[in-house]
Amino acid sequence: MAFIDVSSVSKTFRTDRQQRCVLENVTLAVEQGEFVSIVGFMGCGKSTLLSIMAGLTRPDAGEVRLGGEIVRGVPPKTAIVFQNYSLLPWLTAIENVHLAVTAALPAWTRQRQVDQARAYIGKVGLASAAHRRPGQLSGGMRQRVAIARALATQPDVLFLDDPFCALDALTRATLQQELAQLCAAEERPVTTLMITNSVDEALLLSDRIVPMTHGPRATLGRPVAVAIPKPRTFAQLVHDKEALQSRAHVVESLTVSVRRPRHPQLAPPPIGDIGLTAVRLRARGATAGQVPNRGEA
Amino acid sequence: MPTSARDIGRLFLPLVGVVLIGVIWFVASRSVPDLPSPMKTWTESKSYVLQPFDKRGEMDQGIGRLAYYSLVRVSKGFLLGIALATPLGLLLGLSPMLHRMFDPAIQILRPISPLAWLPLGLVVFRKSEPAAMFAIAVCSMWPTVINSAAGVRAVPQDYWNVARVLRLSRFATFTKIVVPATLPYIFTGYRLSLGIAWLVIVASEMLTGTPGIGGFLWQEYNSLIYAHILLAIITIGLIGFALDRLMGLAESRLRAV
Repeated sequence: MAFIDVSSVSKTFRTDRQQRCVLENVTLAVEQGEFVSIVGFMGCGKSTLLSIMAGLTRPDAGEVRLGGEIVRGVPPKTAIVFQNYSLLPWLTAIENVHLAVTAALPAWTRQRQVDQARAYIGKVGLASAAHRRPGQLSGGMRQRVAIARALATQPDVLFLDDPFCALDALTRATLQQELAQLCAAEERPVTTLMITNSVDEALLLSDRIVPMTHGPRATLGRPVAVAIPKPRTFAQLVHDKEALQSRAHVVESLTVSVRRPRHPQLAPPPIGDIGLTAVRLRARGATAGQVPNRGEA
Repeated sequence: MPTSARDIGRLFLPLVGVVLIGVIWFVASRSVPDLPSPMKTWTESKSYVLQPFDKRGEMDQGIGRLAYYSLVRVSKGFLLGIALATPLGLLLGLSPMLHRMFDPAIQILRPISPLAWLPLGLVVFRKSEPAAMFAIAVCSMWPTVINSAAGVRAVPQDYWNVARVLRLSRFATFTKIVVPATLPYIFTGYRLSLGIAWLVIVASEMLTGTPGIGGFLWQEYNSLIYAHILLAIITIGLIGFALDRLMGLAESRLRAV
């Protein structure tokens, strides 16, 4: 049995009026020490899957096993980096990390806990901003703190819930490379599962990429292995034949799932020839649609 | 220059407002026979204001001394009130069941006037001082209860998730997450509660006849020294304003976090 074993997981969200089947019969196996990315469109149910795997949400059917144990509630030695940082705003950067360290490693001496927090704040390059509160940090710095908080607890399993999606493109690229280096620098192998909507991000970091079909009733597509030594850089990926091939596989399985939707009325119309581009355009169009209100005022 | 014009406005417009109210008071004192004019109020109150800590008798004391008695009484009642209200509010916020159980009762208790609670306090405690404290506490606690409960319910799901991911114990979740996240709400509650506590002091001192700013007001009414009623009213207003500003300052420091 694999280290993380997701078998036939389904999840339906019910409100008073309607029910929405987000996940249907999702199965996934992740080996110990592996870095697996699940790539899919915004709103396809990837975050729900991660939330179920991490024990934050209960599945309606199926089960998740971690190291053979059924997951009920967040398992020990698990860390999660959330999309929206989820730092505690009344604590400084280093206090946020320290709180996590004391909670995760209670057997350590006080001094060792403090040193651990300081070391990881340093590793993400925030030594000079350690005593600032999240409100005084930029988005990129906040996510650095969140990554430090996760890694400092010495997790066996790390869940990354689209950790860079709220950042601007430049910060995003820098942080992705830094995360690649941080993961490579960890002494013990950390089993990592990342959710993302960026194929390139997945290529940079993962051993395996699993495409997720567009929800509702999302399922996982055929995994694509990325056999390039790590840590990788974006510059390297642009020219690497293997990378280009993996990229093509992932993009193809994603676009196919968009072009042949089970619920045609819910799928976005493919605008460009690559489905990903189409969805990003649509997402921006949706926010732009709210602008006329401002014009009226 | 628009900035200096705005500065002048900020300084002088409130003064103009105060002067206008003074003029209305003056005009009113001309037509109402027993209402003292601003000047008469000042000449009759001068000794109370200029020697604020004199003590000439039980009720015949400087305005500073009287205000001090009232402030001590209010502090006691207010502290008792928030000491009960804060845990109660947090509890109601944490437990939807308790909230459903007690919310209707709170909504009924909340609008009851201090004048109604005070006799009950006198019946139960048989002495005016604890009765006044009881009336202040029981009237002023509700904004804190309601705000603390609302604050706990407003703790974002993100923070609860942090608690779950860090596997914090119930106690640690409460002290490390719930209380800090709720603190700004609690302080808004304290500010509103203190405002009410100060409103109640006058009524409770009037009814119990204890020395203090409210007791002084009622006694001077009975002694037909009407200028002192106005002196007491102005003092009550100024102190209430100062208290609110102080609590507002504490609150905004918390919100800045």
